[in-house]
Amino acid sequence: MHKQLPEPAVASDDSDRRMALAARQPLVALSVPPADEIKTTTCYMCACRCGIQVHLKDGKVRYIDGNRDHPVNRGVICGKGAAGIMQHNSPARLRAPLLRTGERGSGEFKEISWDEALNLATEWMSEVRARDPRRFAFYTGRDQSQSLTGWWAKQFGTPNYAAHGGFCSVNMAAAGLYTFGGSFWEFGEPDWDLTKYFLLFGVAEDHGSNPIKIGLGKLKARGAKVVSINPIRTGYNAIADEWVGLRPGTDGLFVGALIHELFRTEHVDFDYLVRYTNAPWLVIRDSGAHDDGLIVRDADGYPLCFDKQTSSLASADRVDISPALVGEYTLPDGRTAVPSFRLLAERFLAADYAPEKVAGECGIDAATIIRIAAEIADVAFRQTVTLPIAWTDWAGRRHTEITGRPVSMHAMRGISAHSNGFQTCRMLHVLQILLGTIDVPGGFRYKAPYPKSAPPPNKPTGKPEHIKPNTPIPGMHLGFVVGPEDLLVDADGNPSRLDKAYSWDAPIAAHGLMHMAITNAGLADPYPLDVLFLYMANMAWNSSMNIAATHDHLTAKNPDGTYKIGKIIYSDAYASEMVAYADLILPDTTYLERFDCISLLDRPISDPDGPADAIRHPVVLPDRNVRGFQDVLIDLGARLQLPGFVTSDGQPKFPGGYPDYIVHHERTPGIGPLAGWRGRDGDKFGIGDVNPDQLDRYIANGSFHVHHLEPSHRYMKHANAGYLAFAKSVGFTDSTAPVIFQLYSETLQKFRLAARGHGAIQPPDAHRSRIERYFDPIPFWYAPFEGTMIDEHAFPLHAITQRPMAMYHSWGSQNAWLRQIHTANRLYIARTRATSLGIVDDDWVWICSHIGRVKCQVKLMDGVNPDTVWTWNAIGKRRGAWALDDDAPESNQGFLLNHLIAELLPARADGYRYSNSDPITGQAAWYDLRVRIEKAAPADKHEMSPRFEPTISPVPMPNISISDFGRSFNKERQ
Amino acid sequence: MTALPPPSKTKLGLVIDLDTCVGCQACATSCKEWNTGGYSAPLSDIDPYGADPHGAWLNRVHSFEVGAGDTSRTLHFPRSCLHCETPACVTVCPTGASYKRAEDGIVLVDPDLCIGCKLCSWACAYGAREYDYADGIMKKCTLCVDRIYNEHIPEEDRIPACVRACPTGARHFGDLGDPRSDVSKLVADRGGVDLLPDMGFKPVNKYLPPRAKRDATNSIPSAATEAVASTGAALEKLFAFADKMFTR
Repeated sequence: MHKQLPEPAVASDDSDRRMALAARQPLVALSVPPADEIKTTTCYMCACRCGIQVHLKDGKVRYIDGNRDHPVNRGVICGKGAAGIMQHNSPARLRAPLLRTGERGSGEFKEISWDEALNLATEWMSEVRARDPRRFAFYTGRDQSQSLTGWWAKQFGTPNYAAHGGFCSVNMAAAGLYTFGGSFWEFGEPDWDLTKYFLLFGVAEDHGSNPIKIGLGKLKARGAKVVSINPIRTGYNAIADEWVGLRPGTDGLFVGALIHELFRTEHVDFDYLVRYTNAPWLVIRDSGAHDDGLIVRDADGYPLCFDKQTSSLASADRVDISPALVGEYTLPDGRTAVPSFRLLAERFLAADYAPEKVAGECGIDAATIIRIAAEIADVAFRQTVTLPIAWTDWAGRRHTEITGRPVSMHAMRGISAHSNGFQTCRMLHVLQILLGTIDVPGGFRYKAPYPKSAPPPNKPTGKPEHIKPNTPIPGMHLGFVVGPEDLLVDADGNPSRLDKAYSWDAPIAAHGLMHMAITNAGLADPYPLDVLFLYMANMAWNSSMNIAATHDHLTAKNPDGTYKIGKIIYSDAYASEMVAYADLILPDTTYLERFDCISLLDRPISDPDGPADAIRHPVVLPDRNVRGFQDVLIDLGARLQLPGFVTSDGQPKFPGGYPDYIVHHERTPGIGPLAGWRGRDGDKFGIGDVNPDQLDRYIANGSFHVHHLEPSHRYMKHANAGYLAFAKSVGFTDSTAPVIFQLYSETLQKFRLAARGHGAIQPPDAHRSRIERYFDPIPFWYAPFEGTMIDEHAFPLHAITQRPMAMYHSWGSQNAWLRQIHTANRLYIARTRATSLGIVDDDWVWICSHIGRVKCQVKLMDGVNPDTVWTWNAIGKRRGAWALDDDAPESNQGFLLNHLIAELLPARADGYRYSNSDPITGQAAWYDLRVRIEKAAPADKHEMSPRFEPTISPVPMPNISISDFGRSFNKERQ
Repeated sequence: MTALPPPSKTKLGLVIDLDTCVGCQACATSCKEWNTGGYSAPLSDIDPYGADPHGAWLNRVHSFEVGAGDTSRTLHFPRSCLHCETPACVTVCPTGASYKRAEDGIVLVDPDLCIGCKLCSWACAYGAREYDYADGIMKKCTLCVDRIYNEHIPEEDRIPACVRACPTGARHFGDLGDPRSDVSKLVADRGGVDLLPDMGFKPVNKYLPPRAKRDATNSIPSAATEAVASTGAALEKLFAFADKMFTR
């Protein structure tokens, strides 16, 4: 079950000993056994999910390092992961279930038993489930069990479920999935071994922590060029060969200008476009018609193109044709149509995207943009990489090799956290596709279960007719709309969901809008909320925009003295800021004390060479009265008698809790949370009977499973017959059809047509112009909303945050070592800008936005765009939380920008306020923030502002003056 | 004062690549975690949850900017004991607690002899000595002497914790006394440097300097300059270029 420690080969080295004696050196114990036992599990110090080895000595955690066999981290570990021991030992860990005794927000609780806690939760939840399941919402933050939590919420019957993707990176995920059935990070990654030119957009430390670091190390070792596109030159960006420090939110202009240049210099992989994309698909041009801008299709619905061989329309999936990419063609009904590529060319060759035109807005000179485009073209088209891999394409044709254009990209928060993020991210993928770099050697590589169709076939669930008391909704909540008919709205166009996901406010809200749940509940817009159930999300602090307003909503009362949000149940492992705002606390374990399942049904950890999944299992047992959240959720499911959680006679279906569920739950016959070692004998992958020994097999294998793809399946997965058949055979997809890249998005055009007055389902009039403008089927750049809706001259600077490499979210993150590295954050300002503002290093300043101001201390630097100020996130904390002393720097000098970020945009003409989010996906636009900097007056106290009143700590204050736990491991010195 | 042994043939040390280090702190926390329970145990933390948390770290990473204007760059600089060939921290030690190992050149502190006088930290030009306020003695990088010879650890892991952890592969461990070793070759290839060479301590650890930037100053892509074959406006030219008999 656990790794054997090697036996000492020899007792000691006599020559060493002789030398030491001769030199009168003390004898050093060189071979102390570092552990009694080593257990493997999965890290949870960020969302990267690396394999770790936990070295246990005397039953305690002695040391954690990386698992060399693990596909994610290959043995390395990051600054956070190696500090996991202090997270595990943190005095901020909750100790027992808590029931609120004081006012909400005070932090006054009493400890109660688990029975009492679960009975109360069941009582509150069952009442609302029987009355109106819409009045119940379940949102999970830093969750890696969404296939369970989502299924639980489905069985409960509420439409109101999502994880935190809405304020994380849904723009990134959705834009990729709608464009090419994949995305970055969990969906795919650069071919680190073969790429020769790598562009990194908007990433400090972020998702995919160790894989990116390992990859950058490989690029450095090979001398591949790294270009960083980021307003800030820290971390990865500091080691780039070239730093492009553009203005926040202008990446779309930069990428658009690169496309402009590639078009101008005729560097486009047309062969790739006609084979794998909808570039040749014909688009109807009939202004004002109900189908203007839709794809020309035959009677069976297949897209058509114009075949130059026969000079006639032909089904676009035929292989014996020569599809036209340009021109204009007459349809049988006399109307005209053009290949979608022509529209793309017209868009990006327009003067709007000329380097000289975008240079000012981006803050990057035209010559640099022209040169980078030329470098990309040079590598893509003159430095191709060919691998002698034989493969068969979707049409059954054998190929003896695969040639790649070795340009690759990665992007994350800096693109996605803007209100133009969806379209910008789509543009980025269009750039990759025009170069022919998707799933080729040296380009981007998918990770199974991706690619899926663009978009994946599953639709969202939660229309008004889906929601009935005491009844599951008929499908999973989150999915991919392909037209207005898939929206979750009522007959008048009003949202079905509390967070307004999949409504006209955010039609393609593939991850929901967790960031709006509390605001909308507080405003009873679209309706009030009776029970809010949150897991591991610090919504009263750094996970919400406009924290003070969020506190107001959480504590607002009705005239009768009851809270407007009737009940709040929260599960967390630590005394986070959110705890004080809950009525009932269900304390979770640390990541070393529980089972978890890193499932292919959820957020995979696959490698481009093969699908992978993993588990956590308790490597130490809790010493407190806490339970793993998933165990609790399954228990609640049984208490609530949710279908699937109870047997036919009403008994708990998974009496063994989460591990029981992981092994025995089947989502569809033969498919369960874990894909490895299925079948009675454990010899099946993907689909197979339940294997009662499955968890033991995982633990024996380092707590993960990798299925290695056949070499012929490792590239061109979107069009690789062998891979596509494999993916269907193991349940990743339901079709072996190739994935056609959607340069032109017909889905977006359908929404635009609805806004123009076509179809049965149309937006309410007040939404029409917004849908019409932003649902452009071809990616385009528009200015981020906040800057266009407030007085830009009053707030001339952009303000953004970055995640430090040694700190994750301030959820689940209280760590005595990491807080020594980042004890308080500063506001970083470009030296030139500071000079013009009369600000010098260490000055105290006010950062002012259109909704508030924050006082903090500055640090000047050169490596930042002069129109941008920034800070590290996840450091500022509230007094009373996290078992830190009241004079801790985190709560006295550390600050959050969240206080300055509006959760709602300024009012529309009729008074309505949209969320401060992307208009397509609802992604929180927290990088749109605009500010001005004012030097604090000499009389202003040198102390962060706003400082909220301290809450009462829900755990005993540690009163630890010295931490020296390591002493117990050194018996030699003792 | 403490005498040095004759120079050792084996000179174990680190080679740290400043061109690749992203400043992630993995080496710092891995070092802290290994060593707080190892030979140097504990590496105490004072006021760990209070106003001024500070502790003993044998390896620290500093991120800062160097240069100005066009030459400005951000540097991540990991700092630990360099295991000098002529370490002043040893010769200044009044009790013999600080010593340089005869067999491999590692500089260690014998915790049983150290009286915490801090003379060594004044003598070290590199700020690599760490006083443990709880223990009252001096701690320093041991090159994980209790890992690199540890027969209970798999052979491939008998390297310092910082090297084992480093995600970008910016840290290398080996015998810098052997010119044929991988680390010696790396230093030769990349122009590895001593820190403060003029001070004469002859550090064993080497730093690989950041490589020259590859931007406008030295990159000449051919694709930018070559003539586009067709004539006319860009859109017409592209359309003409795209108007071919492509096959699927």
